Amino acid sequence: MDILKIKNLRKTYHTKENEFLAVDNFSFNLKEGEFVAIVGPSGCGKSTILSILCGLDKPSSGDIKYNKTLNFGYMLQSDNLFEWLTVYDNCLLGLNIKKDLKNKNYVDKLLKTYGLWDFKDSYPSNLSGGMRQRASLIRTLAIKPDILLLDEPFSALDYQTRLAVSDDVYKIIKKEGKSAIMVTHDISEAISMSDRIIVLTDRPSTIKKIYTINLENKKTPIENRKDKKFAYYYDQIWKDIECHV
Amino acid sequence: MSKEHKNYLKKIKSEKIIIKIIQILIILIIIFIWQYAANKGLINTFVSSSPENILKTIIKLHKDGSLFHHIWITLYEVIVSFILGSTIGIVIAAILWRYNFIFKIIDPYLTVLNSMPKVSLGPIIIILAGASTKSIIIMALLISVIITIINMHQAFKETDKNKIRLLQSFNANKSQIFFKLILPSNFNNLINTFKVNIGLVFIGVIMGEFLVSKAGIGYLIMYGSQVFNLNLVMTGIIILAVMASVMHYIIIFIEKKLF
Repeated sequence: MDILKIKNLRKTYHTKENEFLAVDNFSFNLKEGEFVAIVGPSGCGKSTILSILCGLDKPSSGDIKYNKTLNFGYMLQSDNLFEWLTVYDNCLLGLNIKKDLKNKNYVDKLLKTYGLWDFKDSYPSNLSGGMRQRASLIRTLAIKPDILLLDEPFSALDYQTRLAVSDDVYKIIKKEGKSAIMVTHDISEAISMSDRIIVLTDRPSTIKKIYTINLENKKTPIENRKDKKFAYYYDQIWKDIECHV
Repeated sequence: MSKEHKNYLKKIKSEKIIIKIIQILIILIIIFIWQYAANKGLINTFVSSSPENILKTIIKLHKDGSLFHHIWITLYEVIVSFILGSTIGIVIAAILWRYNFIFKIIDPYLTVLNSMPKVSLGPIIIILAGASTKSIIIMALLISVIITIINMHQAFKETDKNKIRLLQSFNANKSQIFFKLILPSNFNNLINTFKVNIGLVFIGVIMGEFLVSKAGIGYLIMYGSQVFNLNLVMTGIIILAVMASVMHYIIIFIEKKLF
């Protein structure tokens, strides 16, 4: 079932000097429980799509349809944890703002399930990069979003941590039964995590191709990287993006 | 603990002690030379006073009960101006952060007010507010408020945009963004503004007391210079130095307590 329908999305940005088209003619539907990645050349306007979806930006034209009771959870590149709040208070931030503290038990549960309960009274500076990212995910999950919007969520991490954390985050998202749209410039990350990949063209971003990822044996992201068909998708998408250095 | 580490700690500690000793020695030597030169008639104590005379003046002021009266008056003016100045400045900075349109309109006026020597407004303030403590506090406010507004507004504006976006993604309104993010994340800037303000407020209060006052350390200095009692002038200056540094250390103490 499609829970989100985007049709002919178009976004123009205006600066003093000129105006430029960031996204044009962008249409796609998101299925419930689906994990979709958006990849494309850097600076092509991938993040714009997420900002529009979660209401931080207004589209210039186009149609976005979803059930108004749906909740969006936005996760940004850096974890953006507030250093002056404890891990627990950081995770409660969204609920605090929405004045919805009856969901507190859910946060407790998430912290316990994902190994941060013992650290709930520490400050973010005492956490490792991976733990910080997990705390940031719990903060997003706390408001019980139906659709997660991940804006290059792992790019601030070093390679080793990145693999481990993406594995972690993927499992959490699947276990909590969420749908997700992830923007990334890392092709292998996209293949290893998603059900579908949308490849964008350079600016203005339009859809170049949509891949349905059918790996031989779909497991966790780290396992998926060893899949026989992984390289095939990698090659295809690499050619699509046509990186000119 | 290894022997090497012990030595290392010892070294740090002994350096700290040596620095303290030298600092105290410097002030003692200055006092000694000053007094020695005064005793030997190398300097004219009528102009330059002497440590002994200053001490005598302090004792005299204390005996007739006016020493703490003057200190208290100045302290009162400083504290009132500091609290009012910092509060008004921060509130206005917050309003300007909230309504950027207003900021754009008044930006040039702020710049002009900031670069103008506020002392020049002294006569006008006295005519408007009368020759009273009120004038002194207004003078101190003028000096501290404008710079507080400019500094704090700048700091508020430079808050991490991504954190603001994060709060917006939770549908936070402007006041939630301000109290949950802008204010706490600028805590350091706030303390720094306080440190600057305490100095500025002192300048304002003493300037004010020079212009109009019946009591206070600024009055003491002004009165002393008018009757050519340089002992009184020097005493006033030294009391001021002590007061200003005590205030400064109080803020540093509060800063450490809060962290």
